[in-house]
Amino acid sequence: MAATLPPPRLLPSGDSAVTVEFSRTIDDDANQRVLALDKALAASPIDGITETVPTYRSLLVHYDPGTIGFDALGEKLLSLASQPLPPATKARRWRIPVAYGGEHGIDLEDVAKALNTTPDDIVARHVGGDYKVAMIGFTPGWSYLSGLDKSLHMSRRQNPRLLTPAGTISIGGIQAGIQCLAAPSGWHLLGRTPVRTYQLHRSPTFLTEPGDRVTFFAIDHKTFDELDRAAEAGEIIAEQVDA
Amino acid sequence: MSRLVVASIGPASSVQDGGRLGAQRYGLTVSGAMDRVSLAAANTLVGNAPFAAAVEIGPFGASFTARDGAVRVAIAGAPRNADVAGSPLALDSSVTLKDGETLTLGFARGGAFTYLAIEGAIKGEKVFGSLAVNARAGLGSPYPRTLQAGDEFSVDTASGVAELRIELPKPASGPIRVVLGPQDDEFDDANKALFLDSEWKISATSDRMGYRLEGPAIKHLHGHNIVSDGTVNGSIQVPGNGAPIALMMDRGTSGGYPKIATIITADVGRLAQTSAGTAFRFKAVSMAEAQDEARKFAQLIRTLPDRLRSADTVALNIEALSDANVAGYAVSAVDAGTWQVTAEP
Repeated sequence: MAATLPPPRLLPSGDSAVTVEFSRTIDDDANQRVLALDKALAASPIDGITETVPTYRSLLVHYDPGTIGFDALGEKLLSLASQPLPPATKARRWRIPVAYGGEHGIDLEDVAKALNTTPDDIVARHVGGDYKVAMIGFTPGWSYLSGLDKSLHMSRRQNPRLLTPAGTISIGGIQAGIQCLAAPSGWHLLGRTPVRTYQLHRSPTFLTEPGDRVTFFAIDHKTFDELDRAAEAGEIIAEQVDA
Repeated sequence: MSRLVVASIGPASSVQDGGRLGAQRYGLTVSGAMDRVSLAAANTLVGNAPFAAAVEIGPFGASFTARDGAVRVAIAGAPRNADVAGSPLALDSSVTLKDGETLTLGFARGGAFTYLAIEGAIKGEKVFGSLAVNARAGLGSPYPRTLQAGDEFSVDTASGVAELRIELPKPASGPIRVVLGPQDDEFDDANKALFLDSEWKISATSDRMGYRLEGPAIKHLHGHNIVSDGTVNGSIQVPGNGAPIALMMDRGTSGGYPKIATIITADVGRLAQTSAGTAFRFKAVSMAEAQDEARKFAQLIRTLPDRLRSADTVALNIEALSDANVAGYAVSAVDAGTWQVTAEP
């Protein structure tokens, strides 16, 4: 796969970071290369790199220019990025409970109407998806998922909402998402999960990692309330299984 | 232990330090001081590590009272009138507040942020190595929000060492330097030139998340949507309306607008301290020059202790007066009515 893709572009992001860009568009192969480079850097760190931030299509590498310069680092990154992708390792899979529709998913009916089907059918298509955490960004724990069923691709809302609830499960464009904190959003809200992908004073603080697999299953609103209480108390209520 | 009580404080003031590193991959932004040299200078004056937690005071006034013992503090950053019990306190110097004494700070005269460092530093519970306030994520210690009157810090009782001042290099006054990219290829040459050759002003609707720039509209080559990628402190993104936003310490960790340029590390704090309404320009520099400046900047912070001088009371007062005369009162940092407070959702 890697051999068919062009080498990444090195985009200067100021004097202390470089963006290693594998694609300009959302592309699963590019995301795989991003995560592979991220993993390779974690396994054999380059002196001077302080932090890496994987996104859909690029890896942002923060570094200390007092330790390594742009050219020397760029060379090392290009060399690492040209390595063939390692064989796929077993990813973690999270089974995430979702209360769909009603007060927890205020856009479910509208999405069903827009796609000429029923809310139950939308839930079935969303639950039937096999997702991957492509990146985490924007606000803590906000997990951007690839793998949304093509029949659910639809443009974002014309008017983004200024505040959407913590735990919102939504779709936007060709992406699906798990939102942790209350935040503005222009995506369509299908439901809510009691799972906290970010929770201070819990170990681990962040549940999901880029590369993790995700599936959803439907719960009723009463179960949501029970699980929400357990989650609030620090219990990890997402089920972890081997992918 | 003594206490330092916040007697009064304006909005946009919070505990900040060197920032929260290592969790941007989970969407957790770095936060930290808007002007790192000033934070480091204030900390150095009271013997703290350069990026220890201190109070970042926004453009408005503030006052702090020592309780249960003496407290030694220092101020650096945006100039403002300061006094302790009627005696003026110069910027870039330390002072010991006796039990019951109050340090009073006026509005910033130019710039926005002044740092109050406390001997022994602010204590609290670190998350990802930092006490810095990130109100949206509910992080920061001892208060996970902007400061309010009545807040207090448990602090070391003053050591009683002689007071110091610090001689900082004259801040550069030229254009804010940038490295083009990462998405400068989303703009044609005419629009890149427009960005680099125009005069800009910082909008009053700016905050710790981003500084909105007022000037000509910058047009994109292929529209304003890109697939979200990572941001850094000083990324200059251009949204659909063509008005650039310089991303600051509370930025989102990823963003979906093309980034035309990135402010060099050495100049991010200078932009942070540029008053709303003051005209300034950008200048593109090479990566080699930017990295050279970044190394010099790190060197300056490392060698701040070499710049400490003993505080001479007479010189200090003259300095305070001349500082006031030089800076003048003509420039109001921001309009009190429009300065946005990031902490309020």
